[in-house]
Amino acid sequence: MSDFFTTAVLVATAASGVRLAVPLLFASLGETFGQRSGVLNLGVDGVMLLGAFGGYYAVLKTGNVWLGLLIGIVVGLLLGVVSAVISVTLRAEQGISGIGIYLFGLGMSDLLFQKLVGTPLPITKFPKLNIPRLSDIPVIGELLFQHSIVVYLAFLAVPVGMYIINKTTFGMNIRAVGENPEAADSLGVSVSRIRYATVIIGGTLAGVAGASLAIDLGIFQQNLTNAQGFIAIALVYFGAWRPVGVMLGSLLYGFVNAIVLQLKTLAIIPPDQSNFAAMAPAIITILALVIVARRFKAPAALTKPYSRGE
Amino acid sequence: MNQDHAVHDEGGTLKKHRLTKLIVVLALALVAAACGDVDTTTTAGEAETTTTAGEAEATTTTAAEAEPFRIAIVAPSASNDLAFTQSIVDAVNVIKSEMGNVDLQVTDGTFVVEDAAAAIRAYADSGVDLVIAHGSQYGGSLQEIAPDFPDTSFAWGTAADTFGLSNVFAYEAASDEGGYVMGVMGAALSESNVIGIVGPVEVGDAKLYVDGFKAGVLAQNPDAEVLVNYTDSFSDVALASEAAQAQAANGADVMSGTAQMVVGAVTVASDQGILWFGTQANQTSLAPNIVVASQVYHWEVVLRDIIAKIEAGTPGGEYFKIDLANGGEVIEYNDGFDLPADVRQLGEDAIAGIKDGSITTGS
Repeated sequence: MSDFFTTAVLVATAASGVRLAVPLLFASLGETFGQRSGVLNLGVDGVMLLGAFGGYYAVLKTGNVWLGLLIGIVVGLLLGVVSAVISVTLRAEQGISGIGIYLFGLGMSDLLFQKLVGTPLPITKFPKLNIPRLSDIPVIGELLFQHSIVVYLAFLAVPVGMYIINKTTFGMNIRAVGENPEAADSLGVSVSRIRYATVIIGGTLAGVAGASLAIDLGIFQQNLTNAQGFIAIALVYFGAWRPVGVMLGSLLYGFVNAIVLQLKTLAIIPPDQSNFAAMAPAIITILALVIVARRFKAPAALTKPYSRGE
Repeated sequence: MNQDHAVHDEGGTLKKHRLTKLIVVLALALVAAACGDVDTTTTAGEAETTTTAGEAEATTTTAAEAEPFRIAIVAPSASNDLAFTQSIVDAVNVIKSEMGNVDLQVTDGTFVVEDAAAAIRAYADSGVDLVIAHGSQYGGSLQEIAPDFPDTSFAWGTAADTFGLSNVFAYEAASDEGGYVMGVMGAALSESNVIGIVGPVEVGDAKLYVDGFKAGVLAQNPDAEVLVNYTDSFSDVALASEAAQAQAANGADVMSGTAQMVVGAVTVASDQGILWFGTQANQTSLAPNIVVASQVYHWEVVLRDIIAKIEAGTPGGEYFKIDLANGGEVIEYNDGFDLPADVRQLGEDAIAGIKDGSITTGS
């Protein structure tokens, strides 16, 4: 156990936890917008997979990681529009239509990968961005200021999300539409316009989550996300529909995963107990967040399609 | 009256909305299903050597003069995963080029055992001569399905159990042997004397390989530290990547790993200049700068025997194994890596020792 409590190992473990949290954070922040306006999108993982493939393929062909990220954004945005048409305009059952989007993303990303690439080929990864001076601080520097740029973007998105939801008219309308769409509608707020906007934001951030995952790993493989999109949806519930809550949930999940991996690496968790340890991130995150989330209520109109006069 | 009309109209609108929803959901389901179908019949890069479901009929007609030997593969990951599934698809393609008149169908990507079971049954039902269920997780399904099709031969692996069924062959790889050889070379190349191995789940082929590699390292250098990390997932590329980062943080300068998720670990090794040993397929293309060698499976060695048995009237009931001695396992070196001659010689000596029985891998 003493091997674990060395500065180098602790810092490496924490940095690993931060990296593992990033795709979850992007995806769950996006889903928070949708859910705050009353729309549950279960298709996040499918959008992530297509964003991941789009980003991967763009980098494979051009070597430009920023173009890859842009393609992830565009793919996510387009699928956000599709999701919004289905759940807002057509008022489809949100659970079922989300699963449809997920299956579409799972199948289509693999099909495109098989047809356009075939055997996995490595791509250029995001460069590391060491923040001048701050990255030189012992321990803290390596932990917080020596990451790829998407890591900073993900954590910057948290205060931006908080500001939008809590301090802007748009955010107030999102909350109003999520709590009481009839009242919002009677005050002249377009419920469908707000929900379109939030679902598209959700899709875009899911696309970014996927692209950042693929480009940070430098590879694509069938079902690359391994259901991270579903974990992100759960984190929104357990993070009490608040950007800070989902950030803490993402970090907790990432950290527990990283700690378990490190304990396995050092044989503190022996291989024959590895499968029990693998459950720890999910169990600890759920327990911790359930305790916190009990004090908060879900948006009242969540999962309910809105139709004027019904 | 007017009220009635209003009710009717509202009812009509509601019905219209429901119909629209239904159409959207069905359309999405169809698209998803279509993706799945195409996906499951795609095969390794060499399109000309394989057939999709739609082409199967045409292939059969053109070869009508002699009935082709029909082989179907059901496997968990992609046909070109540079790992487990690719090893069997490549092997059947070798058999196909040797025998000529072989019709091959592949259903890959069946991580879900129920999907694999449905595919196995469908192939058996369509009169395929040999259905290969390439995944130890498919054993339970095969045990149920095989007795329903006594005229069809099944092969499954990696496993040693034929369930006492006369139409089931079992096959496995002595993956510990190649693992041992590469472990010896890895220990000789390591300067930090810390070596990392990333595995999926501690069972079957993966456990054999990891244990063999570890035994090889310790045989060469008893003081070396071997870090073993099972991620408990065959598909979580991100976890494999982080496992490799954890091993690197603990000083590993030589690594290996098994199963399809290790591509995540290979890119980490490549970034950090850590040497890599691959298994199941030649992984040089993933990182030509750091891959030293790969243990490559040649399942065609056992498939030849299995097909010969079937043609001689024995539909199953036997167990086969590939290893270094029978040529089913081959260590392929990366020509682009400058491997010191003395280290290569250590590897060749280990191969010779395993073949003649003077070295045991401990597994």
